[in-house]
Amino acid sequence: MTEPTFIDGNAIAGMLGEVFAVEVTTAVGRCDGCGAVSVLAETRVYVDAPGTVVRCTGCDAVLLRVVTSPDRTWLDLRGLSYLQLARPAGP
Amino acid sequence: MTGWRVATVTALRPESASARTVVLQVPGWPGHDAGQHVDVRLTAEDGYTASRSYSIANVPASDLVEITVERLDDGEVSPYLVDEVQAGDRVEVRGPVGGWFVWRPAQLEPVLLIGGGSGVVPLMSVVRRHRQTVSAAPLRLVYSVRDPDATIYREELESLTADGLSLTYVFTRRTPQGWPRPAGRLDAAGLAEAVFAPGDGATSYVCGPTGFVEAVADLLVGAGHDPRRVRTERFGPSGGRS
Repeated sequence: MTEPTFIDGNAIAGMLGEVFAVEVTTAVGRCDGCGAVSVLAETRVYVDAPGTVVRCTGCDAVLLRVVTSPDRTWLDLRGLSYLQLARPAGP
Repeated sequence: MTGWRVATVTALRPESASARTVVLQVPGWPGHDAGQHVDVRLTAEDGYTASRSYSIANVPASDLVEITVERLDDGEVSPYLVDEVQAGDRVEVRGPVGGWFVWRPAQLEPVLLIGGGSGVVPLMSVVRRHRQTVSAAPLRLVYSVRDPDATIYREELESLTADGLSLTYVFTRRTPQGWPRPAGRLDAAGLAEAVFAPGDGATSYVCGPTGFVEAVADLLVGAGHDPRRVRTERFGPSGGRS
């Protein structure tokens, strides 16, 4: 049996923290493929691809891709039908 | 959340034959919760960079951040941190990151911590924070490790156990002399003995290599634990982040 090669959504926290104003691994996303709803921290992250690929734990569809270059971040969110983010507590 | 900060290595502590704690001083560090990570970035003289995410091991303490790193022989970053880096060296860090696999002192429900290999590191951060805040939440730790020599935090765990910590070791390849159980993986029966009953409302934190975490999370859910209260952190195919 080959061991799975993925890690989990916690691994993208730092990278996405440079893009989003709020902590994004506690955000809830809905897979556009199978409809599974999951906290991003619990998704499957593959870092051995060019860029970083986040997949659904239910159906393995690609939820999100992130590619960073020295001066830019590319974010492909097409596999998510929504991303629900907590709003920062008000003043 | 800001970008990269320059950190200075202030101390190093061997934890096992293959793991070492690296203490970093990070000016401006905003503090962290137990279970959070820090990204560490190394830059070679030719400008090549490599970064990895490590669990933070210590409780919040001014501008100090401790990580415990296990050497992966084919790793790009861990051999440097375990064998090469010296006090006074500088690395870049980003964080704290992650808000899901965390334990906060305001949580009063029972806490079940199950770690495999260096997956014990973020759990140790929870144990230390739990103690520091004199939390009344019942806490149990299950630590699955290859053999006694690979045990990280051995002495500290011994003294914590003497002081009342509920700790169950699972030795997967070789046990200490006279150990009551043969070496082997954590199974349903072993888990049932070591953990809280499914109805106790515990929050479980499972961290380790991906295969270990998947197996343990399945055992917990199979035993009737609420999957919504099982938090997992998987760090890849073998013994740790590379």
